[in-house]
Amino acid sequence: MLDMKHITKVYRTDLVETHALRDFTLNVAEGEFVAVTGPSGSGKTTFLNIAGLLESADGGSYRLDGEDVGTLGDDARSRIRNQKIGFIFQGFNLIPDLDVFDNVDVPLRYRGFNARERKARIERSLELVGLAARMRHLPAQLSGGQQQRVAIARALAGDPRFLLADEPTGNLDSLMARQIMDLLAEINRQGTTIVLVTHDPELARRAHRNIHVMDGEVSDLKPYANRAAGAVA
Amino acid sequence: MLAYYLKLAWLSLKRTPAITALMIGAIALGIGATTTTLTVYHRMSTNPIAHKNAVLRAVTIDNWSADTPWDQEHPERPPSELTYRDVVAIHRDAPAARIVAMRKTALTVEPGAGRPPYLVIARLATREFFPMFDVPFEYGAGWDAAADSAGAPVVVLSREANQKLFGDDNSVGKSVRLDGRDYRVIGVLADWQPTPKFYDLNNGDFDTPEDIFLPFALGAQLDLQPAGNVNCWKAETLGGVHDLLGSECVWHQLWAELRTPADVERFQSWLDGYVAEQKKLGRFPRKLNNRLYDVDGWLARYKVVGTDSRMLLAVSFAFLAVCVLNVIGLLLSRFLGAAGSSAIRRALGASRTEIFRQHLVEVGLVGAIAGLGGLGLGWAGLKALQQLYGGYDQLTRLDFVMMLAAIGLAVLAGVLAGLYPAWRICRVQPAGYLKTQ
Repeated sequence: MLDMKHITKVYRTDLVETHALRDFTLNVAEGEFVAVTGPSGSGKTTFLNIAGLLESADGGSYRLDGEDVGTLGDDARSRIRNQKIGFIFQGFNLIPDLDVFDNVDVPLRYRGFNARERKARIERSLELVGLAARMRHLPAQLSGGQQQRVAIARALAGDPRFLLADEPTGNLDSLMARQIMDLLAEINRQGTTIVLVTHDPELARRAHRNIHVMDGEVSDLKPYANRAAGAVA
Repeated sequence: MLAYYLKLAWLSLKRTPAITALMIGAIALGIGATTTTLTVYHRMSTNPIAHKNAVLRAVTIDNWSADTPWDQEHPERPPSELTYRDVVAIHRDAPAARIVAMRKTALTVEPGAGRPPYLVIARLATREFFPMFDVPFEYGAGWDAAADSAGAPVVVLSREANQKLFGDDNSVGKSVRLDGRDYRVIGVLADWQPTPKFYDLNNGDFDTPEDIFLPFALGAQLDLQPAGNVNCWKAETLGGVHDLLGSECVWHQLWAELRTPADVERFQSWLDGYVAEQKKLGRFPRKLNNRLYDVDGWLARYKVVGTDSRMLLAVSFAFLAVCVLNVIGLLLSRFLGAAGSSAIRRALGASRTEIFRQHLVEVGLVGAIAGLGGLGLGWAGLKALQQLYGGYDQLTRLDFVMMLAAIGLAVLAGVLAGLYPAWRICRVQPAGYLKTQ
């Protein structure tokens, strides 16, 4: 599903050159639930941005769903983000002016679905996250956990093959965090490939596989014991 | 997607009402100023009979002094008016589908019924005046050939004159007393306000048409005084109208309707022949210089749209440009302030083009709202001009074309102001914003 080979990414300023990723290689199979862990500044978010086609790598190759996406132009990358990738962010990233329904609607608009199809998808995904009754609420009228569930509904509404989650429980209390992780596990069980970026070992343990990133490279060190694949609960 | 973009634009405008009001106010102010000057310019520069521009010709012949040209700045131009005897001769003999000879006079109207008499400006014209210039009638019609040659005591009233004399009644067949004589009303014009008053630009380009129209022959029969320009170059004894009729003074206008280029050529040739014959009689001391002007050429010769009007228009557009520049700054800060939302959209699959379009629709909406506001300000500006100068109702009338132009200009101004901010926002890298949202 995701195949990165020897990816490098360097951020440059006039004074400093920061190697965010060096020779980063990772393969994620379809249907996997992979946790990417590492300390702050290790390159997790850079990996996620490149994996989600939000940034380009400086070197190496990246194939997503069999397609070489490393050399695509901006429009093609936007189209792949829209059709194949779902994003869940730590800060929810809902659009404050839009109500729940319209927030979930955003990626569907760019997909070109007609109104009936969009409505059906929005209602289905909001039911999945238990927020069908809150469609006309603004994000500010929801709790943090509810906002994150709206973000998950938005990520799922377009039936993406691949879900990228960046510290999805970082702003939530433990109970809410557990609910969100349960939800992600259920989504993965239904066939969606998930890559979860976190620095929380408890969350990482719920993934099939754990990738540890250190200084921009995949580390051999396995600090967290993974459960057997398919044993996510 | 347009409806979706409009919805987003509306939400965005509501989010920051103060900046929105500033942007709309700035563009509206510029549009108001531009609409005011553009309306006046538009009314000034419009050919009010454009559909007949190709067939109508103002006739000029150079009977002026051998020593001095009529126009020192443009010595190639013949006088803009003609002598009485020339218009009579040309009207009688020249080959044209229609020719109208005319001049202005002033008459005293005696309305009777205890109402005081008052002075009106009237036009003495041959009967072709009405069909040549597509003059619309509310009641009745113009006079016939017999009335024309006999100088019958008949009149056509303007709508305003009819209202003043007879209320809104159909006055055809009624009598009106002018300068102590009775005239029978045979026609009443519908609303007719050619702006500029192309057929006689000698005494006010934007004057309203005359109140009363009479057969041309009456002018000579009754020695009716001229009310427009009378320009003379020759030392002649001029004791009254009768002397003017036989003089070299120019005070008449002459228009011909020539329907094909061949007709124009034939008319020009006849005119040259006529002047050549007159030269043999000792008239026309200058070299042969007879010119025919179409309506556009005639308006240009009279500089109906003056340099000051053009300057004023340029200044108002410069003011609009300054307003637009201010709006660019406001839009930039506003768009970049909401860059997070655009970053989210980009992450969720919006292309740069879609983000660009979304923001252009927003500035287009700002422009459209500002256009409505600018229209109001422009209307107020025109009303202020009317109050200030008076008598220029025709020039300060905001017509449908100008309303559309104001809205269109406002949308264009908004879009122009938004091009750079929209381009900047569509280039935003989403990754940089998503982590900090």
